[in-house]
Amino acid sequence: MSIDALLETPQLGPNDYASNQEVRWCPGCGDYAILAQVKKTLASLGLPREKTVFVSGIGCSSRFPYYVNTYGIHSIHGRAPAIATGLKLSRPDLSVWVITGDGDALSIGTNHLVHAIRRNVDINIILFNNRIYGLTKGQYSPTTPLGHPTKSNPYGSLDNPLYALSLAIGCEATFVARSIDVHQEHLGMVLERAAAHKGTSFVEVYQNCVVFYDGAWDYATDRDSKFETILELEHGKPLIFGKNRDKGIRFNGVEPEVVALGNGVSEESLIVHNEKAEQPTLAYFLSRMHQPDFPEPIGVFRDVLRPSFDELVDQRRREILDRIGGPRDLDRLFREGETWKIGDGASQSAQA
Amino acid sequence: MNSFSPIQASSPKKTVLMREGDQAVQQQPGSSAVVKDRVELREATVRFAGDSGDGMQLAGTQLTTVSAAVGNDVATLPDFPAEIRAPRGTKAGVSGFQVHFAGQRIYTPGDKVDALVAMNPAALATNLGDLARGGLLIVDANSFTKRDWEKAGYTSSPLEDPALAAYRVISVDITDLTRDAVKDLGLTTKEADRCRNFFATGLIYWIFDRPLDPTLRFIAAKFGKRPAIAEANRRVLMAGYHYGETTEAIHQCYVVRPAKLPPGEYRSLSGNQALAWGLIAAARLSKCDLVYAGYPITPASDILHELAMRWDYGVTTFQAEDEICAVAAAIGASFGGEMGVTASSGPGISLKAEGLGLAVMLELPLIVVNVQRGGPSTGLPTKTEQADLFQALFGRHGECSIPVLAAQSPADNFETAIEAWRIAVRYMTPVMILSDGYLANGAEPWRIRDLSEYEPIPVRHPGPDTQGFLPYRRDERLARAWAIPGTPNLMHRIGGLEKQFDTGAVSYDGANHQKMVQIRAQKVAGIAREYPPLTVVGPERGKVLFVSWGGTFGAVRSAVQELLETGHEVAHTHLRYLNPLPNDLGEVLGLYERIVVPELNMGQLAYVLRANYLRPIKSISKVMGRPFNVEELVESGRQALEED
Repeated sequence: MSIDALLETPQLGPNDYASNQEVRWCPGCGDYAILAQVKKTLASLGLPREKTVFVSGIGCSSRFPYYVNTYGIHSIHGRAPAIATGLKLSRPDLSVWVITGDGDALSIGTNHLVHAIRRNVDINIILFNNRIYGLTKGQYSPTTPLGHPTKSNPYGSLDNPLYALSLAIGCEATFVARSIDVHQEHLGMVLERAAAHKGTSFVEVYQNCVVFYDGAWDYATDRDSKFETILELEHGKPLIFGKNRDKGIRFNGVEPEVVALGNGVSEESLIVHNEKAEQPTLAYFLSRMHQPDFPEPIGVFRDVLRPSFDELVDQRRREILDRIGGPRDLDRLFREGETWKIGDGASQSAQA
Repeated sequence: MNSFSPIQASSPKKTVLMREGDQAVQQQPGSSAVVKDRVELREATVRFAGDSGDGMQLAGTQLTTVSAAVGNDVATLPDFPAEIRAPRGTKAGVSGFQVHFAGQRIYTPGDKVDALVAMNPAALATNLGDLARGGLLIVDANSFTKRDWEKAGYTSSPLEDPALAAYRVISVDITDLTRDAVKDLGLTTKEADRCRNFFATGLIYWIFDRPLDPTLRFIAAKFGKRPAIAEANRRVLMAGYHYGETTEAIHQCYVVRPAKLPPGEYRSLSGNQALAWGLIAAARLSKCDLVYAGYPITPASDILHELAMRWDYGVTTFQAEDEICAVAAAIGASFGGEMGVTASSGPGISLKAEGLGLAVMLELPLIVVNVQRGGPSTGLPTKTEQADLFQALFGRHGECSIPVLAAQSPADNFETAIEAWRIAVRYMTPVMILSDGYLANGAEPWRIRDLSEYEPIPVRHPGPDTQGFLPYRRDERLARAWAIPGTPNLMHRIGGLEKQFDTGAVSYDGANHQKMVQIRAQKVAGIAREYPPLTVVGPERGKVLFVSWGGTFGAVRSAVQELLETGHEVAHTHLRYLNPLPNDLGEVLGLYERIVVPELNMGQLAYVLRANYLRPIKSISKVMGRPFNVEELVESGRQALEED
């Protein structure tokens, strides 16, 4: 942006991205923290409000678009990535964000999620994972832990949970990250990285539902335990965690292994994170680390550059039209193949 | 129609294809060694039938093109199995293509077939019933071995069946002659045999005096990169043609004069192609980019194929992961300010229903096409039906009225697409177009249009300086404004939750919901103000009125014309708009004692008319995967006149 443009464009603050709607999540809901960080991110990136669109499905998190002063569609359950794809096909110039939840993205809308990611549509998908259906009042979701009792399975869930990041990486996601609602600074960093990435950015946010699954992520947010349960990924740095940064992760064959540093175990033996790795193998490996056996990584798992779908579509569109100097005349279309003329005297002549 | 006199064995030269008004002229066509009669016919119907791998669709398409090119009016009926290649030689694998061409306006592919090409016994078994008595039956004699006819379920050779005496059988060694014609080209037997369809085509061309040039050009273009194959097909086409010229088995050829069509430049156009082109034209008229999102489904896929070839006309196509994504992506494109379109058939439309509800709530322009097929469920995927009218009118949750238009003939899909987009934009609403398998795959001559013949479709996106913008403020037609992302100052959020009047904010207020439901319904109902008046063919008032919609137009119009010509006082009106119904329909219905509604369903329009106009309606229902025959509707008309 030129200096003149900067001078002309008033610098927007986070509050300029707030809509006039009263925010109606439950008091204490993790969504508030995410909303605050998103507005901050939009402001810090200087994204023009009119060029930004939030698309959501159904669920508590999907009310999100109403609360940001950009363009937005609060659509139908699970379909936000599909609507966003169509929007990007018609308007590649827009910054499009999909706000979704574990039920919306990983249950009813999995198909669209999978295909938006593998196409690498240039959208930012923020998945609020609270491990429960909140809006419908407390049924188990695809991320609810095995055995956890809910209204729809009071004896405990029998469904094996789905790990959002493993799924996304399996779909060849080009940007995959995880953060935590209350971990504000980290969340802000992850959102900025996601917004900067060209292609599908997939971000899982651990988000607490105070009403139907309060404490689902306590292990990851608790002041005392979080250093043992969470591992902050940094590109090019070894996987180290612990309050005293005295533990690490190394390969034991093809499995991760937690080791205490010292006593002959040095940092050199640890896995070094590489978010730019061509193959998603390491990212997938990291996405398989779960409590209680392993600390759960947060941060950017993978960030590689591949052509985005809408970019490819737009490129092809332009190439074709540039080559012929703009869209062809319909007369040409209508006269493809055999045509013939009928005069007033019903005489006709055929033409190729 | 099709009132042939039976064959008279004693005078084989007297054609049975002749009917009143036809004349025999002794002439010497071309440089033929054998002098043959040229007989003028008003119309003729030819059907190619063979294995699904025999190229019958190609033969039929070529006959369609050349017939249209000589100026005939043409109507076609392709008929193919759901399996790509059912076991060879079995009845399940028979594929057919019927072409009706005439020296006057025609509206149907013909009830009875005047000439049937049967490439094998299975094709004979499944198609002979439609051949007019005394009609021409051309068979590939090489394909009628014991093994062949046993596969088709015969217990003796069908060619020796005395019942065939009712037809003029022309038994030709098509396979042998085809192989002979290409023997020095180095083709495999399989490759050579794949040219057999062109022998049959050439023979039919000679019999019906069709020019070879268009098909020769087609062969050159299609097989240009494989010269041996191109040459083989060319030779076989010529071999078939010359066989007709020289064989003693055929005594005359038939001439069908050009029809008196309005002056202009013409081409042959199929229904799905017409729809695709209509969408492109609508995009041009509205200066929008067409974004088409589809998922493969028979018989709608050809719309996707056609549009996928047309990026050079500014089209963007997107093959979605499922039907739901297709409608959602189209909605996304419309939200972006472009022309969002999706098409499918019944099962896919079911999946899109929730998306349509959203589009109604968002009040965005959108086109959804249903190319109907036999249902429910997978049903008869390659056959035609009109049984999704209820689905189009009522197949959503909530009070969810959308405009519904139906095309009446293959080429009419072009006009329908333009009109649908005009309505969608003017009223900010999703619009459903109903086509069907018969309309989609059928073809007819189409007068090539110039876009200047159409009113532009004005699209107004409010600009950043719009004063007092509210997303759900309405104009005099009750349409809201189409403000699009990228416009400063007009940022707004829309969604599936009920909207507050004007502001578009989420509202759970009961009184507001009542108001909004009524406004959405009124908005759609108001579209009928802009319809042209209904046209009625036949007496202005009287005993019987036929009411048709969609693809049954042709059969009903033909039947009514025939009834009128024979002194039966029946009238016909056709409904292009199924929702909202025309404002003058009640009045028109009131002018007749008896209302007859033929439909390829169990009486869905009849049901709607009864409910709306409290009139007894006689429903003529057929669900056999095929269009109505004219004859059966003529009979229905006679009965309706005789009833008390």
